[in-house]
Amino acid sequence: MNLLARYAECIFWMARYMERAENLARILDVHETFARDTRGMTNWFSIVQLNADEKDFFSRHDRPTAEAVVHYYMFDTQHTNSLVSMLRMARENARVLRPWISTEMWTQINVFHNKLVEMNGKDVALSNLSKVCTWIKEECQTHTGITEGTFYRDQGWYFYQLGKYIERADQTTRLLDIKYHTLLPSPVVVGSTLDMSQWTTVLRSAAGYHAFRRVYPRGMSPTTVAGFMMFNEGFPRSVVMCVRQIDGLLTRLKSRYTLRNGSDAMEKVDELLGALLARPIEEVIQLGLHEYLDGVQAQLCGITTEIGRAFFGQDTVTMTQSQSQ
Amino acid sequence: MSVPEGKATDLLTNYDPGLYYDELFGGRDYPAEHSALIRQRLAGLNFGDLLRRSQDAERELYNLGITFLVYSNKDAVDRILPFDIIPRVISAKEWAHLEAGITQRVTALNLFLHDIYHDQKILKDGVIPTDLVLGNGCFRPQMVGLDVPFDTYIHIMGTDLVRDREGTFRVLEDNGRVPSGVSYVVENRHMMQRVFPDLMQDIGIRPVDNYGHKLLDAMMEIAPQDVADPQVVLLSPGSYNSAYFEHIFLAREMGVPLVEGRDLVVENDRVYMKTTNGLARVDSIYRRIDDAFIDPKAFNPDSMLGVPGLLEAYRKGNVALANAIGTGVADDKAIYCYVPRMIKYYLDQEAIIPNVDTRICREADALRYTLDNLDKLVVKPVGEAGGYGITIGPRASKEELADCRAKLLADPSNYISQPVVDLSVCPTVTDDGIDPRHVDLRPFAITGKNTWVLPGGLTRVALKKGTLIVNSSQGGGSKDTWVLQDGAQEGSAS
Repeated sequence: MNLLARYAECIFWMARYMERAENLARILDVHETFARDTRGMTNWFSIVQLNADEKDFFSRHDRPTAEAVVHYYMFDTQHTNSLVSMLRMARENARVLRPWISTEMWTQINVFHNKLVEMNGKDVALSNLSKVCTWIKEECQTHTGITEGTFYRDQGWYFYQLGKYIERADQTTRLLDIKYHTLLPSPVVVGSTLDMSQWTTVLRSAAGYHAFRRVYPRGMSPTTVAGFMMFNEGFPRSVVMCVRQIDGLLTRLKSRYTLRNGSDAMEKVDELLGALLARPIEEVIQLGLHEYLDGVQAQLCGITTEIGRAFFGQDTVTMTQSQSQ
Repeated sequence: MSVPEGKATDLLTNYDPGLYYDELFGGRDYPAEHSALIRQRLAGLNFGDLLRRSQDAERELYNLGITFLVYSNKDAVDRILPFDIIPRVISAKEWAHLEAGITQRVTALNLFLHDIYHDQKILKDGVIPTDLVLGNGCFRPQMVGLDVPFDTYIHIMGTDLVRDREGTFRVLEDNGRVPSGVSYVVENRHMMQRVFPDLMQDIGIRPVDNYGHKLLDAMMEIAPQDVADPQVVLLSPGSYNSAYFEHIFLAREMGVPLVEGRDLVVENDRVYMKTTNGLARVDSIYRRIDDAFIDPKAFNPDSMLGVPGLLEAYRKGNVALANAIGTGVADDKAIYCYVPRMIKYYLDQEAIIPNVDTRICREADALRYTLDNLDKLVVKPVGEAGGYGITIGPRASKEELADCRAKLLADPSNYISQPVVDLSVCPTVTDDGIDPRHVDLRPFAITGKNTWVLPGGLTRVALKKGTLIVNSSQGGGSKDTWVLQDGAQEGSAS
């Protein structure tokens, strides 16, 4: 059966917004729990930095207090990168897709969104932030599970997976990038206690701490953490793992449904995968991790653009959704 | 789970429909036999249990997103159509009568449309005033001389029926453009099956869930004959339309894509949809967009919802549209008054379901009568839908009556007047117990080659005590409508 170009685009973005929401909930959660500085204060500002939201944030807040940052990322409807806005976008896409997706997928997103909207900022005191974040994360995972179990496997499924993995790869690079920024101002301080607890936080945000320990039972260094998150072939949130998925998905999508377009997107994916496999992490860090991650993000954007051109009927780059932070 | 037998102190003991015809009890002196078992089961329920089931049903509707959008000051809010869990019951005999009447009416309206877009005999014979048809804003000159498959114009028809104090069903209004509400008929039944299986047990209710198949069959029938496997789509104004849920529902039931105007293009007078693999041919369109917005090239040039060039593709016979363009002239409130004469003219039959006695204020006598009896009549603007702009004389204030009089005098041809119909009532769950509330009925008929009527239809209920306006935009709700199978159990509990 034919898939409307507009539906393909909505499926792609619904997946991205759900993935993005899950990542944000993870970040807020581990921050509350683990990311405390030497005086026991949580560095909430780094979340604003991580999402490159400084300008927007300070246009409405004087100081990055815990309350301000939490509200900004959970309930601020004017802020497009808040959880409530992401869920609204995911739901809007799901709403358009109701003739296509399973009723269970729609119902879960609808109820999830409505509960989040009903939740007042006051309900989320810092003391139970973690509980709320866990709930959000679990709702996102429920979505993933329902999708896996009920979404009819045709073209739509591929666009869903493409959206999910592109978003996930992007989120991992952002997480690494900001930590690299804040934690490695100069190579000299590497190895301090604070530093390592921060890197633990990075791993925990991506649910990778235990997996990392399994691979590196002894010791933890910024290099091994970064290498693990970038290149590990078994970790489901590593960039390489995600890009390999994207590669396979595009290939199968194109061949199974004999789609005319998509070669440019596949070329871009090949390019990115080649670049990722070309250098070990030590070399990447030496050359500058930040610039490297910037490059990966730009390439992911490029893949999205090509997918849009090939399948969503976009001749020019006119994304209606906010593509990245 | 089963419902306990009714007791002396049961839920319906104090129920009093007053002077109105009651849909569950029948006329006052003749308790309806066909619904006796249902009454008995209802009477035995505990009110707390009834309320709980009712709340479960409404929560579920909300969670499932069986909602319509209401625009308030700045926000669009999702609202459910309030659902009352006490069904409206129609006997097999009553239904046979209604089915015949609706089929007759659809047939006559289709003959009328074919006539006015071809020979205009009914106008030449002076049965209907010519200017009422040709001067009607919904008359589409583009349709003149065009042949449509099976001469069917109104493929989907919703007929609004009311029942007066004597129990006579009457047609209040025809809806032959893009009637909505059928999704609630099917979803209400699903809801009843979930929350009230014990009430339905062994009653013998005619199913409603094949509506989508019937609609798809009709859409395939009317597709261009040279296409082997026609591609059907549903054309919606989009997800911000208040009836979007229904569009989703129908697209899913038919298993066809739900498209918007921006998904379609016309090239060389053929219609295509934009897919992930380029353009794909479209043969048959169930459109849920009004004529005026369907093609900016042919009609309203500002329409962002339509498809430029669609009319020409349609005129060339390269694509089917349901309903056809230009049906609005047949369901106009002014034309409505002439439908019984139309039936006589084309079919040489009396109308099986009579109209409500209606006066057309463009006629001097009717205007005078209306102005003289303003406090006893319902005055309706002919162009409005959704219950807007209606003045109910007996319930209007002096100011409202004066306002209505001024409007009538300023533009009499925009109004019709009707006596107040004492709409029948049906037992309904309220905060105070089970109380009578006024209901109407909108059955749906599908016509391709032949006409099929969905058993039952949408029963709308005016939830506010005493009010007669059942529209969802004015605080109305809905009920499941049960058409009993022929020979279904009638009488006492087993």
